[in-house]
Amino acid sequence: MTETAMNQTGATRAIDWADPALVQRVARRHRKDRMLRVAGLVALLTACLMLAILMASLLWSGHSAFTQTHVTLDFEVAAGKVNADKPGKGNYRGIVAEALKTRFPEVTSRRDQKALVGILSNGAQYILRDAVVANPDLIGTTVTLAVPVSDPYDQLAKGQIDVDTPEENRRLDDREIAWFHKLEAAGSVSRPLNLALLVNADSRFPELAGLSGALWGSFYALLVCFVISFPVGIAAGIYLEEFAPKNRWTDLIEVNINNLAAVPSVVFGLLALVAFIGWFGMPRSAPLVGGMTLSLMTLPTIIIATRIAVKAVPPSIRDAALGLGASKHQVVMGHVLPLAVPGILTGTIIGLARALGETAPLLLIGMNAFITQAPDGIMDSSTALPTQIFIWADSPERGFVARTSAAICVLLAFLVVMNGFAVYLRKRFERRW
Amino acid sequence: MLGYLFLVILIASGLGYFLNRFTARRLTASGHRLHSLAGFHGAFAVCLSGLPAFVFVLLWLVFQDRVIEAIIMGDLPADQTAALDAGGLSLIRTEIRSIAAGKIFGTPEPWKLAAAESLVNLRATAELALFVVVLGILAAGVLVARGKISPAFRARQRVEKVLSGFMVGCALLAILTTLGIVASLIYESLRFFDRVPILEFLFGLNWEPQIPIRADQVAGAGAFGWIPVLVGTLVITVVALVVAIPIGIYSAIYLNEFASPRVRAMAKPALELLAGVPTIVYGFFAILVVAPALRSAGEVLGIGVAPNTALAAGGVMGIMLIPFISSFTDDALAAVPRSLRDGSLALGATRGETMTKVLFPAAIPGIVGGVLLAVSRAIGETMIVVMAAGLIATLTINPLESVTTVTVQIVTLLIGDSEFDNPKTLAAFALGLMLFLVTLVLNVIALGVVRKYRELYD
Repeated sequence: MTETAMNQTGATRAIDWADPALVQRVARRHRKDRMLRVAGLVALLTACLMLAILMASLLWSGHSAFTQTHVTLDFEVAAGKVNADKPGKGNYRGIVAEALKTRFPEVTSRRDQKALVGILSNGAQYILRDAVVANPDLIGTTVTLAVPVSDPYDQLAKGQIDVDTPEENRRLDDREIAWFHKLEAAGSVSRPLNLALLVNADSRFPELAGLSGALWGSFYALLVCFVISFPVGIAAGIYLEEFAPKNRWTDLIEVNINNLAAVPSVVFGLLALVAFIGWFGMPRSAPLVGGMTLSLMTLPTIIIATRIAVKAVPPSIRDAALGLGASKHQVVMGHVLPLAVPGILTGTIIGLARALGETAPLLLIGMNAFITQAPDGIMDSSTALPTQIFIWADSPERGFVARTSAAICVLLAFLVVMNGFAVYLRKRFERRW
Repeated sequence: MLGYLFLVILIASGLGYFLNRFTARRLTASGHRLHSLAGFHGAFAVCLSGLPAFVFVLLWLVFQDRVIEAIIMGDLPADQTAALDAGGLSLIRTEIRSIAAGKIFGTPEPWKLAAAESLVNLRATAELALFVVVLGILAAGVLVARGKISPAFRARQRVEKVLSGFMVGCALLAILTTLGIVASLIYESLRFFDRVPILEFLFGLNWEPQIPIRADQVAGAGAFGWIPVLVGTLVITVVALVVAIPIGIYSAIYLNEFASPRVRAMAKPALELLAGVPTIVYGFFAILVVAPALRSAGEVLGIGVAPNTALAAGGVMGIMLIPFISSFTDDALAAVPRSLRDGSLALGATRGETMTKVLFPAAIPGIVGGVLLAVSRAIGETMIVVMAAGLIATLTINPLESVTTVTVQIVTLLIGDSEFDNPKTLAAFALGLMLFLVTLVLNVIALGVVRKYRELYD
């Protein structure tokens, strides 16, 4: 009887798919489906577009800083101006000014001559001095040397100064532009790769400023961070995964680690400021303190990576080793840990890459000081790559805008290399059991 | 110098290891049956020599300078220091320190020069003493371990006990860090609340963190009510979420349900890249591109937009949060059991209907957890707002105006200042405490929600 009843309902519910109302309804449902699909695609494309704009704007504003305009001039290193015994001492400033004056004999008024010297970077005299110190035989001869021009002329050469704007709104007046064009016409102007960006330390003058101090600072800080967080993170991860009893204490530690991973970075900076610098009396601005702070932030990442990698080692390996009479420690140290190392390394590199880009805690411990020398060790004052970017972004000189973008490109390049290495490690050593 | 010391410890431990392992092996070779493998006897030597030496050096380094300076300051001529307060003494200490480092400015008094000289001498003595003591510890450790080598000695158990202790210590470091954060923040905050009443801080509507330079200055007395700072933080957070939540969720839906494997393979790394960009880069992007663009857009529309409008900082922060929210949504959607999806599709629902009516509602708890974590991250985010948001705390909810945030205030109050003895710098720690508490609560709730949700379908 039930069967007939069902048949009956089936019969009465027969659907006429050609019914216009139904066709419309199905069409509407499919339209909604498409709309959701389009909305999702638009959202995804927006995200990708943002990434593209971000990268493009950085490259666009930063590319000019990878070259630096130089002027080749003849410097007459007269014996009277340089002390032959101490080639480091000498009136190099005068020699540089003289070289320009001989190049522009038509410039006679004192005011103009002073402006003329402004073509060259303030560092030109030191470059000349270093050349003479390296080779004292140059004293008494004429040295032909390419020296960097100052920031406004660099901008002019790169086409970033609009010659059509009224003279008073320009950073260079017509007369100065004419000088530069004369040099250009004589073929003295060149634009080699800006090696100073990587070799020099920080400077007030954009054309001399470089990243070497920041790169070394970041290197030392990451070194300290690695030395501390790698062994400690592995030990903690292994303990929690392999040895820890399941009780309230280990639960507390777990919650703690998960929470530490989400604590704002600036809070770690406050901790470092009070505890490391205040209570322990460690030096400000030192990569040592920076690295210790970063290691506290990297620890959760390494612990979590260790736990995942250790968990992925199949129990059969543990059982086999235990069955052969190995102690628990021997199993972990001799078998589980070696198999988990690739996974741990991948997590560590990713954690270090994140630490490399971390800025706020380093600002609080004073790694944003103006330091014109690369650090010699972990106790020296220094900046780090992200804090150097912060300093340059804050600097008023126009030339620092391009250099900030260039520094960001350098930072991103390091991050890409580190993450790429992590991906390679994962691909190369990934094992499916 | 220190590097050499650690090198010495390393070499000595290594020597001890090989020496004792060799001895143990000789014992085995001569027919004895040892309880522990030879390697464990070697490792025991390391536990007894290198480990205590290392710990000793660390402790020494923490206390060396303090002790030496206490001796120096105690030896200063009493007639010179009697009239000085703590600030004056610390000035003298800094001066002596810099003279000792070879940086002499002007002509210091002879007693300062003498103090600096004895500081240098004491440091040299301490260095020598440290070396000698460390060598002593190393030698004693290796010798004691050597004396213990015998067939019955359970070296393995000893070594494993040390190793276990080390591992427990490392795991406890996580708790220690949290305790350190809480202790340092509360300690400095209490000092702040000594000077500024806590109620004024919590409910005050004015934030002007200044300190009077002269005691009788009228306008210089600052105001420390954090409400405008809090409101500013919330305004920027809301802007960020308005950008991030729809884009993040919709792109996760697309990736999860509609995207072909090829699109997925391309979009996922792009989102990961967006997540891996350091926040300082976003901050520079905000001032380089977004803020000027918003301003010119405002000019076209005839709306006045402040140069560091909350929209710029918030919008860029939203971009930063997109991958965060999208990956949490993706995980939550992927965790919904297949049977739910198949059931819905079998009943004739379209894929879109399955998503909006079945999968998405089932995934909501996980998504909410992700959004809460995103809120916590937005509140604690520092570099974007330091670069792109304002410094003046105006009490407004208009995102076109310039507002400031908790993190901006912390950074600006503390940059370049190391003396925490005035309300201005101490205020940063009170703000830090608030920031820590708020994000802690959000994190704990969010992690709880996510965890519970995972258990639901496991």
